[in-house]
Amino acid sequence: MADLDKKQNNLDCTQEFRRSRRGITNFIDNNRRALIALIVFIILMLFFTIANPKIFLGREIYEAIFRSLPIRIVLALPLVFVIVSREIDLSFVSNMSFSLWIFAATAKAGWNPFLCMLLAILAGALVGFINGMLVNRIGLQSLMTTIGMKFLLQGLVAGGSNIIPISLNFLVGTPFYNTFVGNIGNFPVQMIWAVIALVIAMLLFNYHKFGSNISCVGDNLESSREMGIRTVRVKTLAFVYVGIASGFAGVLSGLIYLSFQPRPGSPDELMLAVLASIFIGGTPITGGVGTIFGAFIGACTVRFIQTGVIEAGLMGFWTQFFNGLIILLALTSHKFYKSR
Amino acid sequence: MKTKFLELKNISKSFGKVNALGRVNFYIKEEPEIVALIGDNGAGKSTLIKIISGVLIQDCGEIYINGKRMKNWSVAKSRASGIETVYQDRALALQQTLARNIFMGRELTNIFGFMKNKLQFAEADRLMRTIGFTSKVFASGSIVAKLSGGERQGVAIARALYFKANLTILDEPTTALSLTEAEKVFDFILQAKEGGSSCIFITHNIYHAYYVSDRFVILDRGRVIMETDHEHTTAEQLVKDMQKIAKSNGKVKEDINNGRS
Repeated sequence: MADLDKKQNNLDCTQEFRRSRRGITNFIDNNRRALIALIVFIILMLFFTIANPKIFLGREIYEAIFRSLPIRIVLALPLVFVIVSREIDLSFVSNMSFSLWIFAATAKAGWNPFLCMLLAILAGALVGFINGMLVNRIGLQSLMTTIGMKFLLQGLVAGGSNIIPISLNFLVGTPFYNTFVGNIGNFPVQMIWAVIALVIAMLLFNYHKFGSNISCVGDNLESSREMGIRTVRVKTLAFVYVGIASGFAGVLSGLIYLSFQPRPGSPDELMLAVLASIFIGGTPITGGVGTIFGAFIGACTVRFIQTGVIEAGLMGFWTQFFNGLIILLALTSHKFYKSR
Repeated sequence: MKTKFLELKNISKSFGKVNALGRVNFYIKEEPEIVALIGDNGAGKSTLIKIISGVLIQDCGEIYINGKRMKNWSVAKSRASGIETVYQDRALALQQTLARNIFMGRELTNIFGFMKNKLQFAEADRLMRTIGFTSKVFASGSIVAKLSGGERQGVAIARALYFKANLTILDEPTTALSLTEAEKVFDFILQAKEGGSSCIFITHNIYHAYYVSDRFVILDRGRVIMETDHEHTTAEQLVKDMQKIAKSNGKVKEDINNGRS
């Protein structure tokens, strides 16, 4: 028995030793996806800064970008949960304009904007819930289901609003407006909301049962079910989470652009940009693993390419070229690191 | 008569026209024992364990736990009764850490649902060492995909152990493993028995099965055709019996074993 204790003790020591020595390696290993995304972002910013130091060392460009970037961040983070659970949601931008329509119509009617926002978020959540039920309870493919939902909502918003835009100018300067899109100095408040969203999503993904369950479900659905994870509920919750975020992002975009547009310019571009953020961030489409912080960095990367390319002196249409290039580079580096 | 932990009476199950199980009786004693389920492909072994674990519902027949008849048997009820099933190759979420796999679906959380990560890691650490798990790359934070096949089975068995399963069911735990790894798995099973957990396992390797099992149940074409225990047979005898059954094309009477046990 004493012998066994001694053996155990020795084992403890070696383990302790191994752990401390491998602490940094472990950290890199566990967070390699987010770290690669961060490195890609830093290289990109260096490139832009060298190309146009005056702009990129000033504040104005960041203030401008931080004004609209939060929409993408808020949308991208919950979507990581859905993708990690090995599903996809393509209806979130339509859901966003659906929620915004509800917000704009009720606010225009003179309701308390905080209440209107709550309604918009609930509407978004409901859409997410329906998506989740169709995919997980009835067993439809999420790709097709959410494409269907996307068109359904687009049609509903266009038809329901008679394609009449609603101006939200009357909200400027109200406490509601200042809470969500006001300025602190010159710093846009919405960026603080984006960081709050980031913290919530990271807590949920890394430290909460929900994130753990989502990863297990996306990794091995059958085993998760056998181990007692309520898979339908967990996966539906991920869709609801995206719905809630879409509602919030919808209201944010309404406040930022001060209008509800029944036919927004290019909803698909926003959708693809958000999806690209997630993949650049290092979340693979194969499920089971993902990174919230990576998606955050990815959203910044995609957004900065748009402005950076123009500020670096290239024509606007090069944006798409660089977007594509960065996506391919980021994916290759994620793959390369993994295969080692 | 002593109560049995698990008793199945007259269990039948068919898939369309195929009779997977026909009036099977099966039991697990109250004190820990290791039972090997042996039989050819399609003998109904997997169907039987799926019914025990609640994944499949029997067409007719009764299930008793500690002498009490269980109605509406399900995965949840099976687990609540302390029955853990470890399916070959798909028991674990491979891209997750060892600790997360052990606590999958039963995370240690505070009232807000946030996981006690440190505690989970420490518990996983302790657990893996008690079952003699010594791998060079091992840590509670290791990704399971990096472990060898035998070690993965070990993680799955450890999980069953941690939650104090009364009965662990292993579906072909050693089929894909090398000889030394298979031995490791059998060590895990013996450890589990010492810890008070019975074990049913399906195997094709009778020599392996003989080495650890207390009791052997041979199935053929959906019937229990023979039942014997360690003291009353030898591995060679079991192999002979199996060959006899295979040759007989299903005509062997169920009482082939009368008088031996």
